[in-house]
Amino acid sequence: MEFRLTEEQSALRESVREFATEVVAPVIGDHYERGEFPYGIVKRMGEMGLFGLPFGEDVGGMGGDYFALCLALEELARVDSSVAITLEAGVSLGAMPIHRFGTDAQKKRYLPRLCRGEAIAAFGLTEPGGGSDAGATKTRAVLDGDTWVINGTKCFITNSGTDITDFVTVTAVTGTREGGKPEISAILVPAGTPGFTVGPEYSKVGWCASDTRELSFVDCRVPAENLVGERGRGYAQFLRILDEGRIAIAALAVGLAQGCVDESVKYAKQRVAFGHHIGDYQAIQFKIADMELRAHTARLAYYDAAARMLAGEPFKKQAAMAKLYASESAVTNAREATQIHGGYGFMNEFPVARMWRDSKILEIGEGTSEVQRLLIARDLGL
Amino acid sequence: MKIVVLVKQVPDSGAERTLKSDDFTVDRGSASNVINEMDEYAIEEALRIKEAQGGEVTILTVGPDGATESIRKALSMGPDAAVHVVDGAIAGSDAVQTSAVLAAALGTLEWDLVLCGAEATDGRVQVIPHMLAERLGVPALTGARKLTIDGDSRTIERQTDEGYEVVRADGKAVVSVWDTINEPRYPSFKGIMAAKKKPVTTLSLADLGLAPDTVGLANAYSAVVSAAPRPARQAGTRVTDEGEGGVQLVEFLAVEKFV
Repeated sequence: MEFRLTEEQSALRESVREFATEVVAPVIGDHYERGEFPYGIVKRMGEMGLFGLPFGEDVGGMGGDYFALCLALEELARVDSSVAITLEAGVSLGAMPIHRFGTDAQKKRYLPRLCRGEAIAAFGLTEPGGGSDAGATKTRAVLDGDTWVINGTKCFITNSGTDITDFVTVTAVTGTREGGKPEISAILVPAGTPGFTVGPEYSKVGWCASDTRELSFVDCRVPAENLVGERGRGYAQFLRILDEGRIAIAALAVGLAQGCVDESVKYAKQRVAFGHHIGDYQAIQFKIADMELRAHTARLAYYDAAARMLAGEPFKKQAAMAKLYASESAVTNAREATQIHGGYGFMNEFPVARMWRDSKILEIGEGTSEVQRLLIARDLGL
Repeated sequence: MKIVVLVKQVPDSGAERTLKSDDFTVDRGSASNVINEMDEYAIEEALRIKEAQGGEVTILTVGPDGATESIRKALSMGPDAAVHVVDGAIAGSDAVQTSAVLAAALGTLEWDLVLCGAEATDGRVQVIPHMLAERLGVPALTGARKLTIDGDSRTIERQTDEGYEVVRADGKAVVSVWDTINEPRYPSFKGIMAAKKKPVTTLSLADLGLAPDTVGLANAYSAVVSAAPRPARQAGTRVTDEGEGGVQLVEFLAVEKFV
């Protein structure tokens, strides 16, 4: 039973921490304010190998594992969630489906650039008519000779419309299974394919420096070989990706929760009220102590889920619990941190305001809190 | 090209730093120790030369046991190997003595170029590159904001208060750099994992053929005779603008040599 990081894991964590403080922190507020994708930061994240963390050196990766990715996400999100979600989606949703289910040709063609962060990719699952109910997919793909013809709409798709987006893997109904259920497959659509239109950037409450778009497909044709994984296994494949993704989102949420502690401690030592630093008052001390407690506990939860996953053990429930607890901790910590900052916490130029705005989506994306509770209850036999 | 980069472990300049009360040496025990920031630029420059022209980059550190941590971190950026001179007798050595230890260590290595930071954030003496070059009998190209290697010649742009000077030397040289020269990389996970397996050679004074009584605080050529904490910051000058505010501001800047 060991919950300590190895020397190398600590070194990675420290390296990302320095990067986040020195490269991300000074400029991200401006990107956020203007709703601009931080190309310069993403380029440097690519140069330090963050997008290749869990992939083997044979495909241009760093030879690390999924936990190494989680550590990087936590340290980035401690400073900013937009860049963290860009990395999370780029790796878990963009590159991972190709790495896990793609053909050798697809891997060879796409993974090296994705690992270097020179290109990013997206996964198009959610549709205007449904998120958690992924089986209700309306987008259709019909095989016409050796070409898929895709029609439909996807929404809230991260990383799908940047200048460096290479492709989007979309889920689509490709037929009907025995018993009448839809057969869902995943198909790779390169950026710029005729009939594939990327909508304008959404106006979001948070994650304002990340790229999120609506996508539409009108008679969009791609070669049959662009199928990712097995035909009819698109949904099952995705569920595995989603389970892993929950651990990554938990790590990101822990980062935000810890960032709230960092900012609050700093502010409590500076701000004077009634002749004392506000950190001298127990009202503030206890708030911050509870925040630290939540961040710490949530961290242990995602460490545990990641350890089980890497050991090849079942981890669905642990991932759900980590994601649920970490996201709710992030929301609570962000609210408390804003409260500690008083009026300044309501000003966008203060990092805690950004954290407050960024926290809410954590209870929604990659499975809502309700879905996580459902998964836990199911595991208990209910 | 074989490049040796001098790396010093120093107390983190971002944290509280103190001198020991008895001998006024830096209190390394209580501080969080890091790679001297300027040295990271020297490492980056060495790696860029290696990437462009091939060769080998070796880290050379003189410091206590704890400096291993900084050596590993330096190696995780990409250098091939490291040499760590560690000997209890070295503690408290001044620049003259340290340069002798560095020169002796370089004598055990094959090298074409020595790169180092233009200053360390602890002592800020800035003379090691010059002293070392003198001991090695090679040119000192100091304070570079740009370094160009062209065959056998090394040309730097030396950063000065007024602009820059172009200085050239041929063959072996010691080059010191400022933080304007490049943007150091952050260690990647692959680099971190690879650093574990890179050779670190440990050398003692005996290995270098240096007598213990030539180094260390007791035998230093210079001594810190007194030290006092920096006085608390004074209140600034307030300029009230009664039509002459702009002029007064410019005068202030001129007096402080900002313009």
